[in-house]
Amino acid sequence: MDTQFWVIQAFNGLSYGALLFLLASGLSLIFGVMRIVNLAHGSFFLLGGYVALTVIWTTGSWLLALPVAALVIAVVGLLMERVFLRPLGFDPLRQVLLTVGFAFLFQQAALDIWGGDNRDIIPPGMLKESAVIGGFHFPIYRVFMIGMALVMGLILWLTMEKTRLGAMIRATVDDAEMARGVGIDTSRVSMFIFALGAFLAGLGGVIGGAFLGVYPGLDFAILPIAFAVVIIGGMGSLAGAAVGSLLVGLADNFGKALFPEISYFTLYAPMVLILALKPTGLFGRE
Amino acid sequence: MDGRRKLMILAAALLAVLLVTPHSGSYIIVLVTHALIFAILAMSLDILLGFAGLPSLGQAAYLGMGAYLTAILATRFQFGLDWTFWPVVALGIVIGAATAALFGLFSVHAGGVYFLMITLALGMCVWGLAYRWNSLTGGDNGIVLPPRPAFGIQLADDVTFFYLVFGFFVVSLAVLYVLVKSPFGRSLVGIRENELRMRILGYNTWLHKYIAFIIAGGFGGLAGVLWAHAHGLVSPEDVVLATSVDALLMVVLGGPGTLVGGAIGAGIVVFLREYLSTLVPWWQYVLGGVYVLAILYLPGGLMSIPERIRGSRAPSPRPGEAKPLQSAIH
Repeated sequence: MDTQFWVIQAFNGLSYGALLFLLASGLSLIFGVMRIVNLAHGSFFLLGGYVALTVIWTTGSWLLALPVAALVIAVVGLLMERVFLRPLGFDPLRQVLLTVGFAFLFQQAALDIWGGDNRDIIPPGMLKESAVIGGFHFPIYRVFMIGMALVMGLILWLTMEKTRLGAMIRATVDDAEMARGVGIDTSRVSMFIFALGAFLAGLGGVIGGAFLGVYPGLDFAILPIAFAVVIIGGMGSLAGAAVGSLLVGLADNFGKALFPEISYFTLYAPMVLILALKPTGLFGRE
Repeated sequence: MDGRRKLMILAAALLAVLLVTPHSGSYIIVLVTHALIFAILAMSLDILLGFAGLPSLGQAAYLGMGAYLTAILATRFQFGLDWTFWPVVALGIVIGAATAALFGLFSVHAGGVYFLMITLALGMCVWGLAYRWNSLTGGDNGIVLPPRPAFGIQLADDVTFFYLVFGFFVVSLAVLYVLVKSPFGRSLVGIRENELRMRILGYNTWLHKYIAFIIAGGFGGLAGVLWAHAHGLVSPEDVVLATSVDALLMVVLGGPGTLVGGAIGAGIVVFLREYLSTLVPWWQYVLGGVYVLAILYLPGGLMSIPERIRGSRAPSPRPGEAKPLQSAIH
């Protein structure tokens, strides 16, 4: 329990939180805008990893795999929203079950296409090294993960705060009916958000593939953690997703290191506490 | 109006299950037993979803509490393997209800989609403990139970165990039926339809929903005790999100607000998961397909089909609205 331990664990938690942010920010926005509990979000993450593997196998380029996988998953999300979710209208229960149905379909499809083996996405050589700062070894890949989350977070924040589209999204989050009333095409906004959420999850899947691996069952393993982030941070809030990711990333890492027996409890207990004190999460609004 | 006829059909169907099952293949007996256990879980969820309008995404948690309690008592203390099976049943119901009483404090006040989220999160807490608390739960490997209890009758025999589970199923169905027909059940339906109006009429709607939540937890715990002995193994697999979601599908597929619908749905889902999966490798396409198709084309569930064919008096549910048919409740 020396400085070494604390610095490395904090760094690991931070980088894990960065990965979670990619996954959870989309989930949170989808919930905020559409009030959909998307249980297929873990599947987007997993499929992102698998598509990236295919791209790497055929072209050999990891750098190409990042955008291609994310875009493919965005298209999958877009189709799912347009063809299946939109026609249901607003009905949380049926929407949730529909996304579960898709999660099962995706799971089987992934098994058929990519097989049941555990796979790893190998990043380019330069990312596999470690940087030595002040006597501590920091894997470059984890630094890259944090950098990626920062960049995506910044882009999302600028889009949300500084653009017309962002204003439309925020209006829809706050009051969809009113937004429609003032002429915002909330259906379009929903479509965009769902595709964006899928894009981010797919991207997370590629980046996480080097770190968590890509394997059948990853989808339902990562999903609850993403939900913990969203619930802690507050549904529909970008800042909430960022803070929630950080908290969950740190809680998960220190929990596993300090109290392995109840490590999931250290992850979910803060969530339950926050639910009890502020049911809408830290940054959520009623 | 034709409630009497419905009861006759139900009794005939139950009698058919009771008489035919013991003479089927040994695998079918196990399958039907599992289906009946999940039917108890599905009916407990129907009290929440179909009657109180609370779509819980964490019902597997109560099943898990009952199952782990049974497994831990049996392996650590050799308790519940003779006549003490009965106290374990009672304890299972109590632990399910107590867990629900705790979880309900966090979730019942929330409405609609928030309730979905919170119950999902609470269910995950139970999963997390089951998965990680190795010294108590055996972690990923779970707990293997000793042979089933024997107290004069040998539950190790699958047919005997089937009769026992069938008995529990019928009693559960009867108790829940009386419950939903009681003034309390009627109030729940009122809350589902218009909570504000019920509150204005002077009902403590939170308390009604909270009690319903606890009752559902109790029946979930009962299903857990039976499941532990039926399966012979209790593992985190039993409390995963997919189990909770399956329970929801059972209710929605059969028809929310009908009790029996959940039992029919349980039969279908158990058949898909346990039987079809042994026949074809692509069974999950069928399961996923059932989810998607049932949601898109069967808003009132299977129980609504006879009404639809008859060109029912009840207005067909508008798209995006999955209210159970009125005739199924009154």
